[in-house]
Amino acid sequence: MTDTSVAPSPSGPGPYFGAYGGRWVPEPLIAALDELATAWAELKVDPGFRSELAALHRDYTGRPSPLTEVPRFAAHAGGARVFLKREDLNHTGSHKINNVLGQALLTRKIGKQRVIAETGAGQHGVATATAAALFGLDCTIYMGEVDTERQALNVARMRLLGAEVVPVTSGSRTLKDAINEAMRDWVTNVATTTYIFGTAAGPHPFPAMVRDLQRIIGDEARAQLLERTGALPDAVAACVGGGSNAIGIFTAFLADPGVALYGFEAGGDGADTPRTAATISVGRPGVLHGARSYVLQDEDGQTVESHSVSAGLDYPGVGPEHAFLADSGRATYRAVTDAAAMDALRLLSRTEGIIPAIESAHALAGVLELGKELGSGATILVNLSGRGDKDTTTVARWFDLVDRDAVQE
Amino acid sequence: MSTSVLERRFASVKATRAGTLVGYLPIGYPDLATSIEAAITLTQHGVDVLELGLPYSDPVIDGPTIQAATTIALEQGFRLKHAFEAVREISRASDAAVLCMTYYNPVLSYGVERFATDLAAAGGAGLITPDLVPEEAGEWIAASDAAGLDRVFLAAPTSPDERLRAAAEASRGFTYVVSTMGITGARSDVDSAARSLVGRLRAVTDRPLAVGIGISTGAQVAEVLTYADGAIVGSRLVTALGEGLASLADVADGLAEGTRRP
Ligand SMILES: Cc1ncc(COP(=O)(O)O)c(C=O)c1O
Repeated sequence: MTDTSVAPSPSGPGPYFGAYGGRWVPEPLIAALDELATAWAELKVDPGFRSELAALHRDYTGRPSPLTEVPRFAAHAGGARVFLKREDLNHTGSHKINNVLGQALLTRKIGKQRVIAETGAGQHGVATATAAALFGLDCTIYMGEVDTERQALNVARMRLLGAEVVPVTSGSRTLKDAINEAMRDWVTNVATTTYIFGTAAGPHPFPAMVRDLQRIIGDEARAQLLERTGALPDAVAACVGGGSNAIGIFTAFLADPGVALYGFEAGGDGADTPRTAATISVGRPGVLHGARSYVLQDEDGQTVESHSVSAGLDYPGVGPEHAFLADSGRATYRAVTDAAAMDALRLLSRTEGIIPAIESAHALAGVLELGKELGSGATILVNLSGRGDKDTTTVARWFDLVDRDAVQE
Repeated sequence: MSTSVLERRFASVKATRAGTLVGYLPIGYPDLATSIEAAITLTQHGVDVLELGLPYSDPVIDGPTIQAATTIALEQGFRLKHAFEAVREISRASDAAVLCMTYYNPVLSYGVERFATDLAAAGGAGLITPDLVPEEAGEWIAASDAAGLDRVFLAAPTSPDERLRAAAEASRGFTYVVSTMGITGARSDVDSAARSLVGRLRAVTDRPLAVGIGISTGAQVAEVLTYADGAIVGSRLVTALGEGLASLADVADGLAEGTRRP
């Protein structure tokens, strides 16, 4: 497979994506961001780095991830053909590892010994703890206290991998507050520490760098689908939290005008209710966590707490490139409710024997509707960003799947 | 004479004292009325410049003390309009220069020009914007120029010389010298990094320089004022206010001791 991963994205290298992006951070962090940006600009075109990363993708992560057609699921989607890009089969269980391995190599190049990360669902935390173990780095993971409870299994995984997990008790005690706490750590320990950011948001260079590292998803899928069907898909779909798996699969298709791009946000109870995380659907432009983008905020500019059954999508911000793609109309963003996502999760499990992450199930639910709109004969590529093992407790509770007598205390 | 309220204030303080004491308190903590009274109390106990913090949901450079206080202020129902009310009342009741410290999103959300106009109308001297770097600040620089407001940018130990120059040039009033790599909070030692950073800034600007983060005693204020024009104290005052206005007055007196000419 050709290595397209160094090709420039049509959206450009940052720091700005139209009116969005930039670096809205305290001055003490600027030197570290400059250091990352410079190192990344050098590294991403460095043949030694490219081949080392390619070897890790192949021998450690298990790439290329397969492309699976799911006809029994697609029967519920208006007769469209549906293909899943199986990021759930990656080592550690989601797309997050693609980004983390690149940033871990970057950390080594810069010469720092400690990494920190925020995590929501715990997938990015697990991926970071994994890379830290592999590269022999010290690792601290910040995770909102609410998330340490709903993703307890991932907390145990991170600790098993040797990482310190710090439950964050400030604010809404979810992903946004974990990012605040990680930034505070970084400001304090910037001389020794790299912040491995988990999504395509935050200050430059993170949105562009994370995209560059995740675009392998779309690059592979585009080639696989062409080989399988002889044509490009009509639509590409992904769930959007901060936006890394979505931008990872979108980038390869940005220059294909016939391919429609759909991002599915977490609607929570519904985008028309206060309990939602659908940032592009109901937010407005502002600054959060270092970037100008859409933000869920009140009339005073205070961030509004998001709500989603999915820890990984429970975030009141979104990456700046998505804000740009939404405004330009190149991509369409829609909200999917908790209930619709959970139903889609069960449907894929029962029709195809694949248990997706709740995050990814938002894309699946979106595709059930989208397929009906596009009609039979349409081809839809979906990023199945992660697997559902971590969500077993939440899903069991939602569908009442555990016999009360069988629960062990 | 400078058109900057703060630069004039720093100059006039120098005539009698070693330098300027800048005191931080969040608006709305423990409630709006007490926070206004507390700010006025500071001005009666040796604080020349007030830095009123606007509580914000995501205060990334604040340590636990200030986070806890601003969380209470938000829970008490702090709204942006209260900031303008507080500035108006405090300016009326004292002759201190009143700066606001705010993360940038509330300003953006309110409208940058409208924020500047309303702050100036309330009697405010300007803004400290901890998450705004000069290259993103075009709109705020234009609005603050139009409204005649001061604007304070941060200089950090890790900033290379060209960024120090940019921060000092973009600032009006003073430049905020971040004493140490870290978040706000009282510390037992003020980092020696502060002294060398002030030295590097002196090479690129002759405008006032005030050192902040970690200062909590009169002795530290005195030490900082041997090389800087101002000393900024936050967390220590917030902790004192938690114990009541009398305690706040005592602590302010102790800090102000440090501004005496040796
Ligand atoms: C499986 C999975 N998909 C998606 C996401 C959302 O992140 P992003 O929008 O950056 O892809 C997460 C985040 O934790 C995740 O674990």
